[in-house]
Amino acid sequence: MTDTSVRPDRPVLPRYDRPSAAAFLGYAFGVALLVWCLAGAGFSVDKVLSAPPRFADFAARAFPPNFDPAVLSRLGWKMVETMQIAIAGAVIGVILSLPVALLAARGLIAGNWVNQIVRVGLSFIRAVPDIAWALVFVVAVGLGPFAGMLAIVVDTIGFCGRFFADDMEGVDKGPAESLTATGARKLDVVACATIPAAMPAFVSTALYALEKAVRSSTILGLVGAGGIGIELKVGFDLFDYPTAMTVILMIAVVVIAIEQLSGWARVKIIGEQR
Amino acid sequence: MRVTRNSMPSSVTDLDLRPAARVSPASQPRPPLDHVSVSPVDIEARAVAKRFGETAIFQDVSFRLARGEAVALVGANGAGKSTLLRCAMGLIPVSAGEVHLLGQPASAARGRALRSLRARIGLVSQSHNLVPRLSALSNVVHGMLGKSPGPRHWSHMIAPQAVREAALEALDRVGMADFAGRRADRLSGGQSQRVAIARAIVGAPEVLFADEPCASLDPQAGEDVMELFFRLVRNEGTTVVFTSHNIDHALRYGDRVLGLSGGRMELDATAASLTARDLRGLYD
Ligand SMILES: Nc1ncnc2c1ncn2[C@@H]1O[C@H](COP(=O)(O)OP(=O)(O)OP(=O)(O)O)[C@@H](O)[C@H]1O
Ligand SMILES: [Mg+2]
Repeated sequence: MTDTSVRPDRPVLPRYDRPSAAAFLGYAFGVALLVWCLAGAGFSVDKVLSAPPRFADFAARAFPPNFDPAVLSRLGWKMVETMQIAIAGAVIGVILSLPVALLAARGLIAGNWVNQIVRVGLSFIRAVPDIAWALVFVVAVGLGPFAGMLAIVVDTIGFCGRFFADDMEGVDKGPAESLTATGARKLDVVACATIPAAMPAFVSTALYALEKAVRSSTILGLVGAGGIGIELKVGFDLFDYPTAMTVILMIAVVVIAIEQLSGWARVKIIGEQR
Repeated sequence: MRVTRNSMPSSVTDLDLRPAARVSPASQPRPPLDHVSVSPVDIEARAVAKRFGETAIFQDVSFRLARGEAVALVGANGAGKSTLLRCAMGLIPVSAGEVHLLGQPASAARGRALRSLRARIGLVSQSHNLVPRLSALSNVVHGMLGKSPGPRHWSHMIAPQAVREAALEALDRVGMADFAGRRADRLSGGQSQRVAIARAIVGAPEVLFADEPCASLDPQAGEDVMELFFRLVRNEGTTVVFTSHNIDHALRYGDRVLGLSGGRMELDATAASLTARDLRGLYD
C-alpha cells in the first residue's frame, strides 16, 4: 500500500504567513516614501479636479485638426525627414552596437576589466536622455537633422550595446564549448556559435531599437535637431492648436504603424524557428 | 546508412606520419593485451581530481591509454564521465593532478598551445551541441576551425571547396549526407548526434572523445557508429575514448574498460578479462 500523506521529513513549501514586524515596517516605509514623492511632484487634488475643464478647452480649440492640404503636405515631408533620421540612426547604431557588445559581454572575447569599462560607458550613454544628446550634437554639428541622427546613433548604441551583450551572455554555452574543443579561436567561436544562437534576440532588440528611434526622432525637433518635432513646438508657441493636433495625430499613426510593422517582422524573422 | 560500407579512410595524411604497425586491417584480431605497454602513451591522467565548489566529483584518477586503443569509460549517471572528458580537453580546469594528451601537458596548456593540441583531438559531447540555426554541413565545417581558423570556415557557403568536400565526406560516413542542408535544429535527436560525430571526425583527429555517442541512436545506427569508431581505431590508429551505458558496446568495442564509481576509478582492465557482471557491479 502506498502512503499518500505528506512525509514529515519532506515539508511542502510554506504557506502565506502574517508579515513580521520588520516586514510591516518595510511596507510602512514604502508608503511614506510614495507620499513624499507625490509631494515633491507637486501633486495637488485641486489641479487634478480643475484639469478636465482646461483640457476640454484645449480640445475644443484644437478640433477639428488642421487638414489643410498645404499644411498636410508640409507636415508629411517633415514626417518623412523624421523617419529618415530614425532609420539611418537606428541602422548605423545597431551596426556599431555589435562590436561594442562583443567587448561588453562577459566571458566572450574581452577580459573582465574591458567588460566593466564598456558597460559603464554604455550605462552613461543611456543615463543621458536622447534629447540631451540632441542638444550636444546641435552644438557640435549645428542645427538640423544630422545632429538628430547622431543623437539617435548614440542612443541606439547605449541600448543595443547593452542588450546585445546580454543576449550573447544568455545563449546556450554548449555549442561554444564544443567549438572551443575543436581548438577554434575565441573570435571564431563567437562568430560560429554565439552570434548565430543570439540572432533571434538581436533581431528582436534591433526592431525595438527602431521603434524607440522613431519615437525619439519625433521630438528631436524641439531642440532643433530635425524632424517633425519643430512643428509641434511652433504649433503650441503660436497657439495654433489645430496644427499641433495634426502633428500629434500623425506621430501617433506613424509610431503605431512602426510598432505593428516591427511586430510583424519579428514574427516573420524569428517565429519561423522550429 | 552508409556507415557500414567498406571504405578507405577519408584522410590518409595522418597515416603517413604514424608507425605502420598501427595500421592493421579491421578483420585482424585485436592486438594482444600487452600492446598497451609498448605503444606510445596518448593519454595520461595523473592523480586527477575535480571539485565543483565544495562538491567533489572524483579524485585520484590515474590511467594511461596507449595510442590506437579503444577505451570504454563507464559509470552510473552522475559518476563524472562527462566531467572527466571535459577536464581532459581543458574545457574546465582540474582541481588537482594533471592530464597529458599526445605527450603534452594538456591541463597546464594555455592559449595557442592548448588550441593546437585541441585541434588534434575530436570531441563528441553528450548534448551534441550543434549550432541550432546553421546547416548540418556548416556545423561539420566548424570541425575544421582548429586546424584552419578564420572567416572562411564560419559557414559552408564560403568554405573552400576542399573543406566542403571533406565535411560532406564526414557526413557521408555517418549516413547523413542527404541532410547536409538541413538546419541543425530541425534534425531528429539521432540525426543531430550523427552530425556531431561528423564534426568531431572531419579533422581526422588523433584522439577522439565520444560522450555517449550512441545515446540517441536506434540500435542499428548505434552499431554502425561503433563500427565506424572501431575502423578509425584499427585503420587510422585513432585513440578512441567513448562513454557508454551499453555494457555490450563497452565490452565488444573497447580494448580497455575504465569504470568510475564513487568518485574513484574503480575499474581499469582489458575488455577481454571482464564480464557483463563485473560492469554491472559499478552501478550498485
Ligand atoms: N558545472 C557544474 N557545476 C556543478 N556540478 C556539476 C557541473 N557539471 C557537472 N556537475 C555534477 O558533477 C557530477 C558528474 O556529472 P557528469 O555530467 O560528469 O556525470 P556523467 O558521469 O557524465 O553522468 P551521465 O551518465 O548522466 O552522463 C554530477 O553530479 C553533476 O551534477
Ligand atoms: Mg555524461
